[in-house]
Amino acid sequence: MSFHLFTGTDTYLVTPELRDAVNVACALEKPLLIRGEPGTGKTVLAEAIAENLGMPLLTWNIKSTTKAQDGLYVYDTVQRLNDARFGDRDISDVRPYIKFGPLGQALRADARVVLLIDEIDKADMEFPNDLLHELDRMSFSVVETGEKVTAQHRPIVVITSNNEKELPDAFLRRCVFHYIAFPGKETMTSIVRVHHPDVEEKLLQQVLLRFYWLRELPEVRKRPSTSELIDWIAALRRGGVTVEAIEKELPFMGVLLKRENDIETVLANRRFGRVS
Amino acid sequence: MFIDFFYHLREFGLKVSSTEWLSLVRALAEGHARADLNTFYHLARCLLIKREADFDAYDRAFASFFAGIESSLDISQELLDWLDNPIVPNISEADRAKMQAFDLDELAARFRDLLERQKERHDGGNRWIGTGGTSPFGHGGEHPSGIRVGGEGGGRSAVQVAGERRFRNLRSDQILDTRQIGIALRRLKRLAKETGPEELQLDDTIDESARNGGEIELVFGPPRRNNIKLLLLMDVGGSMDPYSQLCERLFSAAHAANHFKKFEHRFFHNCVYERLYTDVYYWKGEPTADLLKNLDHTWSAVFVGDAWMAPSELTHLGGAISFNYRNADTGLAWLERIRQRVPNSIWLNPEPRKQWQAPTIRLIRRVFPMYELTIDGLTEAVDVLRGARPNRPAAAAAP
Repeated sequence: MSFHLFTGTDTYLVTPELRDAVNVACALEKPLLIRGEPGTGKTVLAEAIAENLGMPLLTWNIKSTTKAQDGLYVYDTVQRLNDARFGDRDISDVRPYIKFGPLGQALRADARVVLLIDEIDKADMEFPNDLLHELDRMSFSVVETGEKVTAQHRPIVVITSNNEKELPDAFLRRCVFHYIAFPGKETMTSIVRVHHPDVEEKLLQQVLLRFYWLRELPEVRKRPSTSELIDWIAALRRGGVTVEAIEKELPFMGVLLKRENDIETVLANRRFGRVS
Repeated sequence: MFIDFFYHLREFGLKVSSTEWLSLVRALAEGHARADLNTFYHLARCLLIKREADFDAYDRAFASFFAGIESSLDISQELLDWLDNPIVPNISEADRAKMQAFDLDELAARFRDLLERQKERHDGGNRWIGTGGTSPFGHGGEHPSGIRVGGEGGGRSAVQVAGERRFRNLRSDQILDTRQIGIALRRLKRLAKETGPEELQLDDTIDESARNGGEIELVFGPPRRNNIKLLLLMDVGGSMDPYSQLCERLFSAAHAANHFKKFEHRFFHNCVYERLYTDVYYWKGEPTADLLKNLDHTWSAVFVGDAWMAPSELTHLGGAISFNYRNADTGLAWLERIRQRVPNSIWLNPEPRKQWQAPTIRLIRRVFPMYELTIDGLTEAVDVLRGARPNRPAAAAAP
């Protein structure tokens, strides 16, 4: 295994701190836990690491019903029962009925892979604890076949969390942690430039002014995120909206604000407050 | 001075564990700090601090510790210096005892060895990092030949001792975090068979199929779901202010728990009267009677409050604390009404039990069983609500 260095990609700008955190996690072979507001590019980070280091990416999207075992493997009993009944397959071998999940695949891979465990806080509270053993040892056993899987190449594990639930301490202790702060205007300018390389400077500045004004309104409950800003700019440009129009009002506000209350708040503030 | 930083962080209330600290030492030995204090700042933070809420404390700790040190600090040299002379001035006896639990000479030798090998890697490009994925500084016996930091048992037990001591000190003002509350609430379940679309019952299907000589016999039945409908009523403002953080945690844990069939919450000030509020400023609300109409014995109600008020607020007409508001029924009458409508109700009190002598607390305890808002109290309360313990107010239990 060679020592890779993550540097970011053309489409993913990375701060030096985040870059170092990724490299430390890779070197120490610890999972990298990424927290931050929605839309700050937590999930995309794993894609960028995979692209940058030339490794395949396996994604495990966590839902409220996800169990740790699902990530390792699932034994499809019902299929086997069905095949036993209708007899069109050889059922004496249990192996074809073992379906490996993303974590199982990552540990069985022939080369080092990037494993993204996306939105771990969606799952049950005990879920992270159930993964401790597998993430520490990077091995597991398939009870049905007696096979013991041990990773030949420890995957780079990236875990994202929106902080909906507190994660257990034992789990946190094993991770390298990075909090993606919401980008400031300068960083945001370069992020937008990546997605809209030819956007007019004046338009961009006006858009950012509006965007940060919106985010700083204390009454806005769901603050618009980076990805919504990028969509908004796309909408503005496609709609051919001028800089002057953005100074006066908020066209395509629905791209930025998703809650009815927030839209009302903004409309009320626009009347009484200074916008720019 | 290096280990000093560890204790310094802990003095600032940051729960840095020895495992995390050793990860940092390993990362330093592998050259990740690049002899630069800024990089070290971020490196140490991503390995030692796991909640952004703690970043501020980390910053304060860092600033006060490294005040006056130039930004081009050679960390590797610091590390070696510390290993040469590990006993640090200005360290308490207790900390010194903890440190001596490590076998320092052996630890120093290992670090030197690591640094040597690190050089080899640089010179010859030999891949040293991640050999077999085992760390010589890890614990838990992952490494088959068992190279460990100092004595594994010694090191860990020192930390365990510290942990126990800490726990004892915290007993008096035991802190419940959202996660602990969440876990306690998770036990709040009453499984009931529901009507509705039937689902495949796998166990019964296998049973029946086996009985049937292998012919598959699919068995369907009603789904079983948690049947708890929870109404959370919280006292906010006034004497509850010291407990606002605790109550927020309880609230967010209950709110985040997705296993209740229904969840409603209302706020009140000191006692419940004609109106209950959906916001903490008592702006938006609805008549209590309207809410009660929609409740029945299948609901559970949890009151959270210190039950501490002027007796008149409970027993007098017009006794409510808000001066622009005159209640036409006594507070106690309203509480009894709720208890009648929702018999499965309890009261959680953030005040410690030994202070439950106030007359209003005694009155309320005759209506609702009261529990402390601590881990134990909450667990007990959950048992009552799920029917594992009898739900009896204090007066009925001990007249």
